[in-house]
Amino acid sequence: MLAEVGLHHFLFVGLALFCAGMFCVLTRRNAIGVLMGVELILNAANVNYIAFSRYSAGGYDGQVFSIFVIMLAAAEAAIGLAIVLAIYRRFHSIDVSDMQQLHW
Amino acid sequence: MEGMSLWPVVFYLLAAIAIVGAGGVAFSRNIIYSALSLMVSFLGVAGLYVMLNADFVAGVQVLIYVGGVLVLTLFAVMLTAQIQEVEVSNRSVGRIPALVIVAGTFAVLWGAFRAASWREAPMELADSSTYEVGNALLTTYILPFELASIVLLSVLVGAVVLSRKELSEERGAGGDA
Repeated sequence: MLAEVGLHHFLFVGLALFCAGMFCVLTRRNAIGVLMGVELILNAANVNYIAFSRYSAGGYDGQVFSIFVIMLAAAEAAIGLAIVLAIYRRFHSIDVSDMQQLHW
Repeated sequence: MEGMSLWPVVFYLLAAIAIVGAGGVAFSRNIIYSALSLMVSFLGVAGLYVMLNADFVAGVQVLIYVGGVLVLTLFAVMLTAQIQEVEVSNRSVGRIPALVIVAGTFAVLWGAFRAASWREAPMELADSSTYEVGNALLTTYILPFELASIVLLSVLVGAVVLSRKELSEERGAGGDA
């Protein structure tokens, strides 16, 4: 079982992270929980980028892309959490199924 | 090469840390535990990056995710004071349907991964990935790199605007506040 660690092993880790993130996004009612699921999904994408970069002759392009993904994930977290705080001040709840108005 | 025999053990350990952390994020009832599991998962993934010869990205992962995003998330959890989630599952998608959807996605994607014939070619390994990544960022990817700075500046301004207290009505009303 402890065979040579190859591309498939890393792809499996990425897939598992993606599935956990998707489950989180689908089932959470807490908006912050949904954002955490999104972070997991972005991490899964990064694992795949870096694994493909390592097991191909493409050089360091995958790593550069993963840095851009990390940058966008940080931006998404900052803006998303600011929006969650603004929503909490309005509605006193961050349950995503309570947010049904676009305008108040 | 006795170091090579340790390689799979390290991989399975780090992969287990990453996946168990992700499972904790997905299944924990307490949102604080979810956030801490997220940290465990991020650290495991950073270890995997080191294994994949991406030491610079691993450092960035620890600095930005563990140091930045996670602290931000914990602050948001504390400020919104909804630590206990009584009902975890959504109204629209319950846990069982979500589990079915996720298992289906997993099966399809894993089948695709197994079926595809990846043409693997070993990467030419440099001494340090930081040099190569920095070179790529400032030559080939200079335009996205500069765009990233604009995005981050607008995120900074946007987050401040979104999360500040709205004072304008009070100031217009009387000004004694």
